[in-house]
Amino acid sequence: MSGGSGGGGGGPSLMDSLFQRTLDDLIKGIRLHTPGAAQSSFISKSVDEIRREIKSTDLQTKSTALQKLTYLHSLHGFDMSWAAFHAVELTSSPSFAHKKTGYLAASLSFRPSTEVLLLLTNQLRKDLSSTNQHEVSLALECLSVICTADFARDLTPDIFTLLTSSKNFIRKKSIACLLMIFSQYPDAVRVCFKRLVENLESTDNAQTLAATVGVFCELASKEPRTYLPLAPEFYRILVDSRNNWVLIKVLKIFAKLAKLEPRLAKKVVEPICDHMKRSEAKSLVFECVRTIVSSFYEYEFAVKLAVSKIKEFLLDTDLNLKYLGLQGLLLVAPNHLWAVLENKEVVIKSLSDVDRNIRLEALRLVMSMVSDDNVIEICRVLIGYALKSDPEFCNEILRSMLSTCSRNVYEIINDFDWYVSLLGEMARIPHCQNGEEIEYQLIDIGMRVKDVRPELVRVARDLLIDPALLGNPFIHRILSAAAWVSGEYVWFSKNPFEIMEALLQPRANLLSPSIRALYIHSAFKVLSFCLHSFLLPHKPATSSSKLVDEPDFTYSESEEETDVDLATTSSSLSKKNAFTQESIVNMLILVLTSLSPLAGSHDVEIQERVRNVLGLAQLAQEEISCDLDNKEKIIDGVALKTSILIRLINDALSEDLGPVSLSAQERVPIPDGLLLEDNLGKLDTICADVELPISESFSLVKPVLTDVDSVSIRQNEESSETSAAESTSLLSEHRKRHGIFYLPSDNNQNASTSFPPANDPNERDNDVEDLVRLTEESLVLKRKSNLSRPRPVVVKLDEGDRLPITRAKTESNDDLISGAVRDVLLGNENSPPPAAPHSKVEKSEIGDSSRRKSKHRKEKKHQNVEESKQKSGGRHGRHKARQRADEGINVAVQIQKPVIPDFLL
Amino acid sequence: MGIRFILMVNKQGQTRLAQYYEYLTLEERRALEGEIVRKCLARNEQQCSFVEHRNYKIVYRRYASLFFLVGVDNEENELAILEFIHLLVETMDRHFGNVCELDIMFHLEKAHFMLEEMVMNGCIVETSKTNILAPIQLMDKAS
Repeated sequence: MSGGSGGGGGGPSLMDSLFQRTLDDLIKGIRLHTPGAAQSSFISKSVDEIRREIKSTDLQTKSTALQKLTYLHSLHGFDMSWAAFHAVELTSSPSFAHKKTGYLAASLSFRPSTEVLLLLTNQLRKDLSSTNQHEVSLALECLSVICTADFARDLTPDIFTLLTSSKNFIRKKSIACLLMIFSQYPDAVRVCFKRLVENLESTDNAQTLAATVGVFCELASKEPRTYLPLAPEFYRILVDSRNNWVLIKVLKIFAKLAKLEPRLAKKVVEPICDHMKRSEAKSLVFECVRTIVSSFYEYEFAVKLAVSKIKEFLLDTDLNLKYLGLQGLLLVAPNHLWAVLENKEVVIKSLSDVDRNIRLEALRLVMSMVSDDNVIEICRVLIGYALKSDPEFCNEILRSMLSTCSRNVYEIINDFDWYVSLLGEMARIPHCQNGEEIEYQLIDIGMRVKDVRPELVRVARDLLIDPALLGNPFIHRILSAAAWVSGEYVWFSKNPFEIMEALLQPRANLLSPSIRALYIHSAFKVLSFCLHSFLLPHKPATSSSKLVDEPDFTYSESEEETDVDLATTSSSLSKKNAFTQESIVNMLILVLTSLSPLAGSHDVEIQERVRNVLGLAQLAQEEISCDLDNKEKIIDGVALKTSILIRLINDALSEDLGPVSLSAQERVPIPDGLLLEDNLGKLDTICADVELPISESFSLVKPVLTDVDSVSIRQNEESSETSAAESTSLLSEHRKRHGIFYLPSDNNQNASTSFPPANDPNERDNDVEDLVRLTEESLVLKRKSNLSRPRPVVVKLDEGDRLPITRAKTESNDDLISGAVRDVLLGNENSPPPAAPHSKVEKSEIGDSSRRKSKHRKEKKHQNVEESKQKSGGRHGRHKARQRADEGINVAVQIQKPVIPDFLL
Repeated sequence: MGIRFILMVNKQGQTRLAQYYEYLTLEERRALEGEIVRKCLARNEQQCSFVEHRNYKIVYRRYASLFFLVGVDNEENELAILEFIHLLVETMDRHFGNVCELDIMFHLEKAHFMLEEMVMNGCIVETSKTNILAPIQLMDKAS
């Protein structure tokens, strides 16, 4: 068929109608053309045809055109908003087939902003009151998808009528439609809720009941407390119904309600267990399990039964059941860890399952088992898995380790030395992409935990000194933290010269400018520390003088011991004679040679930092090297310009940085005359979710800048020897790392040994069995290890440390719905029945009156609940109670919460 | 809302039916479908039928060359949804007789009609095959 093109012009012609492509033709045509250019040109040609055909006055032609358009919209993502009016037109066709096409197009393509939406209102109303049940059904289905507040308000009366329809076919659909109506127009609750509850009581039709329970399940998931009074009805369904779909929904409702009312839980737990034992359907069994372990975990026998079911799931060959079993375990874990321990073998084995989803669940479970006793063992196992896994899962493992360990300000960590070295180890995992989090934690721990700083500096040194790490951009953030730590806590460093070399190594040019700037600033700190130690050795370092304030701090002594070890083992420098004039001069030369080229960097941050360092270095160099012969003078040289300057800088730098409270800003008193809320008030919402950055570096003293030209001149003179020294050290580094590519050498390399071997995945390639055994030990032996050292002090702030997730509580429709439901349920037995819902005015009056009445009803009701306790259960009791409540005398309010019925008791 | 959307996708990743129970723009739909299809079609028989994606849980099942994917919220019972998918396939099978991808392509409207009978507003309202098919059979007879 190709007659469509004969039409020409704008309007449709007879030819178009006669030789119109059908939907089948269109589909066949699309299939004939290969996907790509040919197909899309065919489709756009067809859309042009449709545009003509759809204007036809012949409803059949129009309908076919709309059908085709709907197809293209639905499966090929073509916009059809322009055809909205034609869809509305077709819904009013006397032919059912056309009407159906129109409604389908409407429900698939209309959106709240569709302009012609309101034109549909009258047609919907007409069809809702049609005598043909299929027309009613079409309208209901369309309404349930495209319902807006306007539709809901205008059509509530029609739905209200349909709720009592004698045809189940209609009744169940109007019930299902209610959910949408309620959410769009909460006032509809006041009109329709009673009839909805009545449908809950109807046992004649399973499908109507299913639809009603479905609606309640959705409503209760938002605001369960409101629906407590209906518990008896749900209970009856739970016991009587044999429809699994319904039972699952009722179980979901009870999972919510039982948390609010312990007496209810007691009553319901038995029937749920019965279902769990009896049912053949795995879906129902699983729902029972989920309900028990999430809401009835206090009932030991029920939990035991549920866990036995979980075990069956876990051992099943069906992967779906295994996955759900793991999920079930995850729900049990918080309250009954024994259940996880019982199944730990499956859990650990699942860590290496082929299915990533199962692995993830297993990982979550393993993390749920972590406590301060076993965190070290579990992390060791997980690091082993991380090395073996694919990159994605590897990072998943690292991420969950990081978040678990840092939870609640590192609550479960007792041994921070271990944790810090674990962080260092993570950085070396080849796939590691969690640089940002590790960076945060390294700095955070440094600021919070004083005792860990020496180890932290050691870890940072190991990271900095490794030139290979600079090649991996994912860990640059970690390196930036390492650089910061090395600079900030440089007095713990065993060999500051080594750190200086690492900070200035040529490969650092691989870093991004901001991190590079941090490197340079750290170099500044190291330099000022070294100069200080050299020039003012008699005075206790400002650092230790500061530490003396802390009575429990013992590192000022132990430091010297370690220094002795160090001197014998690895480093040729011991602290006492570390800062010889020669070494300082060499360092100055190194600084000047490596940084001078950067003084003209395009990045202002780098440029500024570099100039700071150069200024200091030059000043020092002038004074130190000119007095080369007169060492005595320098040592006492308190009067030197440099000494004074250095002391000032060092005092400023050794100011201890602590974690900054997120609300610190708020505590600053507002200066007079500053209008904070005037114009910038709106910024608050914008800034609310921005995590405050940690101040990584700051300098209080602005070093004197000296002439750059003189630097470069001097640099040229000395560059040859420093670069030689530099390259030897780098060469030896390189040789250590890539030894196999070098010829064996006889002379021992003693320069900067203590180099940790890179992680070799093969070494850790344990079998699953080994890992299971390992975790077994770590999990079963719940030994309270007597810690050799008490847990170090972790600085905490009063408020939440990281930004708490604040969710603005919005006055949503959900609140309105539950408010209305509460009014209906608790009060309006006597209020005028919504007899005339067709008039909007009256309707709103009803709403108002019931709202007003409900206020004192609520109060009265309380007392009567006590009375009704003695009465027999069931609905009659409640009705009586309500009647009496209405007759009753006014009582003062006792509780604010809505009344909870105890008809079940 | 239990069910958020239902997709039928062939082995090549082409959408054959899409029904959403919440409003998404065309772009959002296209992006969502692309992501889900990429995620689910890459999985094999040795992997479970549940995938977490954004804030949805996707329950899917493959029948011959066609994937049935149902997006549900986190509260929903996965096994029940699997049963629902099976019921849907059985229903289509009863109507078309050995249903295949082409049947759904050429009778998209009918497929939607069946879904409308089974699901409203994301809630399952009808589970009897006879009841689901009754209106369609009536319509077929009329035409």
